[in-house]
Amino acid sequence: MMIGPIGFAAPWLLVALAALPILWLLLRAVPPAPVRRRFPGVALLLGLRDEDSVTDRTPWWLLLLRMLAVAAVIIGFAGPVLNPERDAGARNADPLLVVMDASWASARDWPAQREFLDAMLAEAGRESRAVAVLRLSDPETPVFRSAATWRGRLPGLAPAAWEPSPQTMQDAAGMLGDAPFETRWLSDGLAREGRGALLDALETHGPVTIIESAKPILALAPAMLEDGALALTALRTDAALARDVTILAHGRDPSGAPRVLAQLPLSFTAGETTAAGALTLPAELRARLTRFEIAGQDHAGAVSLTGDGLKRREVALIAGREDREGLELLSPLHYLNRALAPSADLLDGALMDVLPAAPDVIVLADVATLAGAEQAALLDWVEGGGALLRFAGPRLAASDVSRAEEAPLMPVRLRAGGRTVGGAMSWGSPKALAPFPEDSPFHGLPIPDDVKVSAQVMAQPDPDLAQRVIAQLEDGTPLVTRKRIGAGQVVLFHVTANAEWSTLPLSGLFVQMLERLAISSGAGLPGAEDLAGTTWSPVQVMDAFGALEDAGALPGVAGADLADAALGPDLRPGVYEDEDRRIARNVIGSDDAIAPVAWPAGTRISGLAPGTERPLGGWLLALALVLLAADVLASLGLSGRLWPARAGAALILAAALTLPQPGAAQESPEALADELTLAHVITGDAQLDDMAKAGLRGLTQTLFFRTSVEPAEPVGVNLETDELAFFPLLYWPISPDQPTPSAEAYVKLNRYLRTGGMILFDTRDADVAGFGAASPNGARLQRLAAPLDIPPLEPVPRDHVLTRAFYLLQDFPGRYAGQPVWVEAAPPDAEQVEGMPFRNLNDGVTPVVIGGNDWAAAWAVDRRGAPMFPVGRGNAGERQRELAYRFGVNLVMHVLTGNYKSDQVHVPALLDRLGQ
Amino acid sequence: MSAAPASLRARAESEAARFPPLLARAERLAGSVILGEHGRRRAGLGDDFWQYRPLQEGDQRRMIDWRRSARSDAQFVREREWQIAQSVMLWVDSAASMRFASAPDLPEKADRAALLALAASVLLLRGGERVGLTGAALPPRRGEAQILRLARSLGDAAAEDYGAPETRGMLPHSRALFVSDFLGDPEPVRAALTKAADRGVQGVLYQVLDPAEEAFPYRGRAIFESIGGTLAHETLKAADLRDRYLDRLARRKAELAALCDATGWRYGCHHTSESAQSALLWLFGAIEGGGRAR
Repeated sequence: MMIGPIGFAAPWLLVALAALPILWLLLRAVPPAPVRRRFPGVALLLGLRDEDSVTDRTPWWLLLLRMLAVAAVIIGFAGPVLNPERDAGARNADPLLVVMDASWASARDWPAQREFLDAMLAEAGRESRAVAVLRLSDPETPVFRSAATWRGRLPGLAPAAWEPSPQTMQDAAGMLGDAPFETRWLSDGLAREGRGALLDALETHGPVTIIESAKPILALAPAMLEDGALALTALRTDAALARDVTILAHGRDPSGAPRVLAQLPLSFTAGETTAAGALTLPAELRARLTRFEIAGQDHAGAVSLTGDGLKRREVALIAGREDREGLELLSPLHYLNRALAPSADLLDGALMDVLPAAPDVIVLADVATLAGAEQAALLDWVEGGGALLRFAGPRLAASDVSRAEEAPLMPVRLRAGGRTVGGAMSWGSPKALAPFPEDSPFHGLPIPDDVKVSAQVMAQPDPDLAQRVIAQLEDGTPLVTRKRIGAGQVVLFHVTANAEWSTLPLSGLFVQMLERLAISSGAGLPGAEDLAGTTWSPVQVMDAFGALEDAGALPGVAGADLADAALGPDLRPGVYEDEDRRIARNVIGSDDAIAPVAWPAGTRISGLAPGTERPLGGWLLALALVLLAADVLASLGLSGRLWPARAGAALILAAALTLPQPGAAQESPEALADELTLAHVITGDAQLDDMAKAGLRGLTQTLFFRTSVEPAEPVGVNLETDELAFFPLLYWPISPDQPTPSAEAYVKLNRYLRTGGMILFDTRDADVAGFGAASPNGARLQRLAAPLDIPPLEPVPRDHVLTRAFYLLQDFPGRYAGQPVWVEAAPPDAEQVEGMPFRNLNDGVTPVVIGGNDWAAAWAVDRRGAPMFPVGRGNAGERQRELAYRFGVNLVMHVLTGNYKSDQVHVPALLDRLGQ
Repeated sequence: MSAAPASLRARAESEAARFPPLLARAERLAGSVILGEHGRRRAGLGDDFWQYRPLQEGDQRRMIDWRRSARSDAQFVREREWQIAQSVMLWVDSAASMRFASAPDLPEKADRAALLALAASVLLLRGGERVGLTGAALPPRRGEAQILRLARSLGDAAAEDYGAPETRGMLPHSRALFVSDFLGDPEPVRAALTKAADRGVQGVLYQVLDPAEEAFPYRGRAIFESIGGTLAHETLKAADLRDRYLDRLARRKAELAALCDATGWRYGCHHTSESAQSALLWLFGAIEGGGRAR
C-alpha cells in the first residue's frame, strides 16, 4: 500500500488508528494516578472536600502528546518505507530479466550499476526468482538461471565501448521468447533509436522498470584543426547548470613517455549542451598528441583519439627548373602548392638546405640529375623513412637518368624520350586511367572521366615492374610507380606535376592520391569514398572506460566501414593504421550529438542511487519513545512529583548532553597547535596514506622514547583544506597517480616552505631514476614539485647538520639504502671552519629533503608497535631500520633546532671572547 | 523479638549507642545557656534568709518574726529564699506522627522534641530541680543519673498515630512540659491541661511542627496517609486544600493558645527547620517563669 512516496509493509495495522478517539475519551475520563504521601497533618485534612471534583483531569496537550505517541507507535509498526523499491503488488514470482545498455555511457557509473545489479540479484535470490541478463550492446538470447549463477558471473560483466544499435536492439527484441517476466532496464541514459520498440516488446511480457543514473553524461567530440588551432567541443546531456570541465591533451614527451601536454578549460553555460574552445599548440607538440580526454570522466565517450588528422606533414617542394616569370600556371609546383598547402607545411629552399630539417616528404618536380652528395644525403633520408615523390617532365624525359640501369632514387628504369598520345602530331587519343588494382594504395578511389594523360615517360619492362606499378593507364602503361627503400619509399608520377602532360593535377583525384600516399593528410576522419577499398588493421582499441589496450589479433577493418559503419564488436573505437597512415575512430563522431533519453509517459523510472528505500518505522518508534518520555516528565510535573525528581532529571539531561559526540576525523586546529604533530600529505591512495601514517606513528614513538620531543599522534593533511602552519614537517610520499594540488594549495605550500616548514619528499622507488623522468614516481615528483619554491639542491654533504643533529649518521637509509638524499645546496662561499671538520654552512633549515628510500615503510609500526614492513635481511635489516629511525630523529631535530648543532662551531670563538 | 543473646546484645548496643549522642547534644545545647547566679531569687521555703517584709493582710500571726518586729513598731515577716526543689514533669510525644521529616536534611519532629526536652532537663537538673516523666515510668528525681535515665526513656517510640498527654503521676503544684505536634485530637490535651490546672500544675505546651506541615506544599492528586497508616485522605487537587488546611492549622494553634491562657500554661511553637538553641532558651525561660511570667 502506498500513500504518496511512503509504502507500508503491514498496512492493516493502520486500522488501529481508528481507536485513537476512543483512547482520547478514556484518557479524558481517567484522572492521573494519585500520589501516596505520608503526612502527619492528615488529621487536619479529614473531612475536607474537593471543591471541584473534575477539574484535575489530564490537560488537553498531555492528551495530544499521548495520542501522538500512540499514533507514532501504530504507524511505526505498520512498517512505513519511504520510496519503497516497489510496491507489494509487483512482488511476483515471474522470472526477472535484467536488460543493460552496457554501452560506453554506462561505464561512467559502472561500479554503481554493478552494485545495484548485485543487490537486485541478491533480492531475486531470496525470492527464488530466475534471472536472465541481456546486454544490449552485445545481445545474446537470454537464458533464465538462478540468481546465484549470475552473481558469480557479475565480475565478468563489462560495458562495451560502443552503443547498442537499432539493429541489435531489434535483435534483442526478437530473442525474448513468449514467457512472461518482469524487466528491469539499466539504462545508460542516452537517447537512441530502437529504444521505444524494445520497450514495447518488453512490456508485452510484464512490468518494466527503468533504472537510470541521474549523473549527466559528458562527451568529447573529435578535435578539429581550424586556422592552426585545435577546436575542441565537449557535449553533455544535462543542460541545466553551468559547469566547468578540463580537457587534457595527452601525448608523448620527447623521450617517449606519455604525459599531459596541455590542458584546456571549457565552460558549459547554463542551458547549453555544448562547450567549445580552441587550443593552440606548436606543430611539434601537436604532432605528438595521442588523445584528448575530459578530466575525471572515466568512459570512452570522454576520450577522443587523434590519428594523423592533427599532424601536418612537412613537405619540401623542389623544382628542377626556374619558374618562368608570369607563367604561374605552368609552374611545376603550382598544383602541388595548391593541393598541399591546406594540410601540410611547405618548405622551400635548396635540397641540401631542407634535408637537415628532416621533412616528411620531399617532392622533386622534374628534377633529373642530382649531385653525388645530394643523392647520397637523399638516399640516407629515404632509407630513414622519408617519402620521396618525383614527377616526370621534359627534363627527366630528356635525361639519361635511370636509363640503362635503375637509379637508386628512381622506382623504375625509363625508356628514352617518353611518349605523347593524342597530340596534334600523333595517333590515338589521350589515355584515361585504368581502375586501380587491389594492391594499390589508390584502390577504391573513383576515377573521374576527365582525367586524361596525353604525355608520359615510359617505364622499361623489367621483371619487377609489375609489382612497382600502383596506377596505370587504360592501355596498361604505368602511370605511378613506387619502390620501397629501407623504411622509406620513392614514388614516381610518370607525368608532370602541372597540367602540361595530363589533366590529373587539375582533378580532385590528384589530391586524394596525395592523401593516400600520406603526402598530405586531411583534417578529421576521411570520408567513406576516400577510404573505399582499403583495409585497416587496429593498433590500439579503447574499452568502455576509455582505456587503450593493444589490439592483439583483432581482424582488419575495411576502409569504408571504418569511415561510416556504426561501432560494434567488429569495429571497436581505437587507432587503425594502414601502411602509412593512422586513423582514429572515436566513440563520438564530429557530427554526433548526445541527448538524454525521453521515456514514454507512464514508464516507471527509478534512480541508481543505492539505499533510496528508507524504512521509517524506526524513526517513528523513536519519536514515540521521545513523546512518551516527555509524557512521563509532563505527568510528573502535573502531579507535583517532578520537583523531587528534578535532580534526577537534571542528571539524565546532563548525561544526554555529554553523550560521546561522534569523533571528528580531523582534529581541530587548536588541538593541533597544542602539541607538536607530525603530518603526512594525503595522496588519495588509501594504502599509501595508511602506510605514511603508520610510518609517522613509528617515528613519533621513537622520538617519544629517545628524545625530549614528544609529538602527538600523527595526522594526515589535505593540502586543499587544511592549515599547514601547525606542522613542522610534512612527509609527502609520491605515487604516480596522485592528483596535482590546486593553485591555491601551491600558494599555501610555498607560504609554508618560506615560513620555515619542511617537506620530506619520498619517491619510494629507491631513486632508480636519479630523479629523472624514467620512473613514474620521479616524473610525478617533478610535476608536483615544479610549482614549489625550492632552492637549488645538492646531495647531502658529509658535513651537513642533518648528519649530526642528534645521531651521527653518514647515510640515510629507509627501506632502501645507499641512494643520495638531496637537500638545499650550501652557499658557494661556505668555508671550512678552522679546527673543525665541517664548513660554516647555511643558516636555517633546508625547506625540502628529497629522496627515494621509502622511509615511512621502514618506520611504519602497527598499533601494537610491531614493524609492518620487512627491511633488508636479518640483523643487517634491523640495523638498517634502526638507521632509518635515526634519520627520522635527526630530521625532526634538524627541523626543530635548525642549525643549532652547526652553531657549535662557534664555541671556540665564544670561549676566546670570554677571555679564557 | 529474638531471644538470641547475640541479637539482643546487638540491639542493646545499637540502642545504647543512641543515648550518648542525644545526651551529648543535649548537654552541649544546655551548655550554651548560661544560668548566671544560682538561686531562685524569690521567697520560698528554704534555709537561707531572703528578706523581711511587713506583715500583710492574710499573713498568719505565727509567721511574724518577733525578734525583728520587736526592734520597730511594725511587724515583719521573715521570708526565706525559695529553696525547695521544684518537680518538673515532662511529657514528650513519642507517637508515630512525630517521626516525620519532610526533607532529608531536616530532623524528625520526635528527634527535635526529645532533644529540646532533654536539654531542658539537663538545665533543670543542674539547677537542682527534680525532673521526671509523667506517668509512672520515671518519677522526678534529682541528680546527674536522672539525665541518663531520661535519655533512655525519651528514646521509646509509641505505636499509635497521635499521642495523648499522660497526666498520671503529676505532682501537685509541680511544673510540666508537654512537647508534641498536637495535630491529633485536641480533646485529650484539653482534658490533661484541665486536670493539671486542677492540681495546680503549670507548664509549657510546646508544639513542634515540620515546615511542610506549616506550608502544605503539595499539588495534584494525592492520598495523604498518617505515618502509622491509620488515617488516609484522598484529594484530586491537593493545591486546593492548602488554604483550608492552613486555616485549620491556625485554628488549632489558636485553640491551644486559648487553652493555655485559660489554664495558666504557656504555649510555644517551634519548627524543625529553626534553630534548636533559641527554642531551648525560650523553653527554659518559659519553664522557669511558669505561668506567672505572663
